[in-house]
Amino acid sequence: MHSTGGSERSAAEVANKLAGAAPTDSPNADKPDDGARQFEALRLDGVTRAFGATDALRDFNITIRGGEFVAFLGPSGSGKSTALNCLAGLLPLTAGEIWLDDRRIDTLPPERRGFAMVFQNYALFPHLDVRRNVGFGLRMRKVPKQEMKRRVDEALTLVRLAHKADSHPAQLSGGEQQRVAIARAVVCEPPLVLMDEPLSNLDAKLRLEMRTEIRRLHQDLGLTTVYVTHDQHEALSLADRIVILRNGVVEQEGTPSEVYIEPQTDFVAGFLGYRNALTGNVVESHGRQTTVAVGDLRLVGTCPEVMPVGDAVVRIRPDDLMVCDGDDAGPNRIPLLVKVVEYGGREFVVEGVTPAGQRLYFMASQAPRLGDSVIVAVDPENVRVFSPTEDGG
Amino acid sequence: MATRTAAAPPSALPPLNKRLAEQGVTPRLLLLLPAVVFALGLFVYPFLYGLGLSFTTDGGSLWSNYREFFSDPYLRGTIWLTVRLAVPAVLIILVAATPLALAMRGAGRGKQTITVILLFPITIGTVLLSDGLLDFLGAAGWVNRFLLDTGLIDQPLQLIHNYWGVMFAIIITDFPFVFLLLLSYASGIDPAYERAAAVFGASARQRFLRVTLPLFAPGLATTASLAFVLAFGTFPSALLVGEPAGSTRTMGVAAYSEAFQQFDYPMASTVAMLMAGVELLVIVIILGLRSRLVPTLSSGRKG
Repeated sequence: MHSTGGSERSAAEVANKLAGAAPTDSPNADKPDDGARQFEALRLDGVTRAFGATDALRDFNITIRGGEFVAFLGPSGSGKSTALNCLAGLLPLTAGEIWLDDRRIDTLPPERRGFAMVFQNYALFPHLDVRRNVGFGLRMRKVPKQEMKRRVDEALTLVRLAHKADSHPAQLSGGEQQRVAIARAVVCEPPLVLMDEPLSNLDAKLRLEMRTEIRRLHQDLGLTTVYVTHDQHEALSLADRIVILRNGVVEQEGTPSEVYIEPQTDFVAGFLGYRNALTGNVVESHGRQTTVAVGDLRLVGTCPEVMPVGDAVVRIRPDDLMVCDGDDAGPNRIPLLVKVVEYGGREFVVEGVTPAGQRLYFMASQAPRLGDSVIVAVDPENVRVFSPTEDGG
Repeated sequence: MATRTAAAPPSALPPLNKRLAEQGVTPRLLLLLPAVVFALGLFVYPFLYGLGLSFTTDGGSLWSNYREFFSDPYLRGTIWLTVRLAVPAVLIILVAATPLALAMRGAGRGKQTITVILLFPITIGTVLLSDGLLDFLGAAGWVNRFLLDTGLIDQPLQLIHNYWGVMFAIIITDFPFVFLLLLSYASGIDPAYERAAAVFGASARQRFLRVTLPLFAPGLATTASLAFVLAFGTFPSALLVGEPAGSTRTMGVAAYSEAFQQFDYPMASTVAMLMAGVELLVIVIILGLRSRLVPTLSSGRKG
């Protein structure tokens, strides 16, 4: 399914044309505003959405700048999809306001917001062929026939599906359907593209390819995008900014490197690859350097702010644990008993237990034998100490 | 398949039962036997018998029964009288049931209650229903007394023993069938399509015309066909609340009187065959309309 250099080049040319094209004047003031492609800021102000007695999203505040790619990251039930549907107008707000520059839009029905969306199950119209699916938004915006045909062709070239224009969705593979859904969204040159876990129904290889494709499209077209996902890799690789949600509340917000390097809470760390969690007690805290007692072990680590003495969670990435020789002295030496060894390609993923019975995962270039005792070491910079998450979620 | 035939010498075919099994012919097919016997005995044989009977004449040519039907205005007219009842009745039912079915999909607990209430007319049966209608719509019935008491009319309305009585009866008996069928079709339409259409700028009207209706059309056409066949065969209510000698002399009534009052079985069979012919014609028209109105639907084509 992958393209030759020729179609790659033409896709890029088309992208430049699309991005550079002057916004068309909307012939009908009542229709979605096709000209409002660029905006300064989209502001969500205290957006709350309740289902019965529970708040799916509580007091959600964020400002999205024009051209930005923002990812809402969180597990299921975190409120990320609720936030997206509120933005799209598919869910009315319980409280709060949404402003597009100086225009309040949360009171508008979805068809008056002029946004575009890529749905998790694509939601391509089964009774329309690919061309009509992609052209649907333009048709609703009363774009003239000639221009509509040109733009649909361009969008299909952009997603490398020009040869499938007359197919029906049922005749396409999952990846092709996904690209049609993306073409349908970008062809309108909307001020905001909403993506609801668009890659979650694809297999691993295709997911990786489409991820690159989405990133390329965003770089080429510069469309402001809000992307909902539960996959940290997608969020980190695609977004300019990540908003991590938990139980309907923002847990942390920042650039990918900020949230990856400096997670502020135990939950965020756990979500962004700090797979190892040890529970212990803070015994000493100087500035950001904190010593935690985990059973008989003393671990020196770093915490986001000064920690009071008391319960704590220690988070370590498996990659940061180094196997070392027993007599090599230094801080943060953890003796482990090898329980499970998985082949992971370049390295082995090893599960071991501490003398106190807590599980730790680490990487090893040579496979240890089951039942071996090994000692792993970790830099205090890479040991993150947090207050425990209030509830299990 | 290809690899196996390549490996084995061409003369050594697999045993017959294996080859048959690959084509789907297995002993399990015997389970179809009772249904086939049933269909042959209760549908195919009577139909062919009736067809043969309609061509049976004493001395005349093969088509003389049909010629007689079309030359006798009293018989010929029954086609129009029946169509005149069935087509408006089906349209009224569809117009009433479609929005209800579309609105009710996804409705959780209320759905069951309303379904049960709507099933009631089916369980009552035509005769009891006609009896009730006679009381309800008659000259001294509730409807007329109410309208007289409120001063809306001076004379009782003639609502039974005519066209309208049969129309009411058809609507009441056929509505539940139509509604239940439409509801199951409507529930099969993923609301995600309408939501997608809304996000891409379609107003409520455009969403209905461009997305919901095309997706609903196959179900609507099937339901309309079935409802038409039901309404076209109207017989008990045409006799009981209609005017079987005049305005509601449907083809069913005509076939009955030919068979059991004139004892002309060949002519009764002819009327029955013509009924089937008209029903088939209308179904073809309905299906033609649906593919004309919604030409791009091609759920059958798969790659």
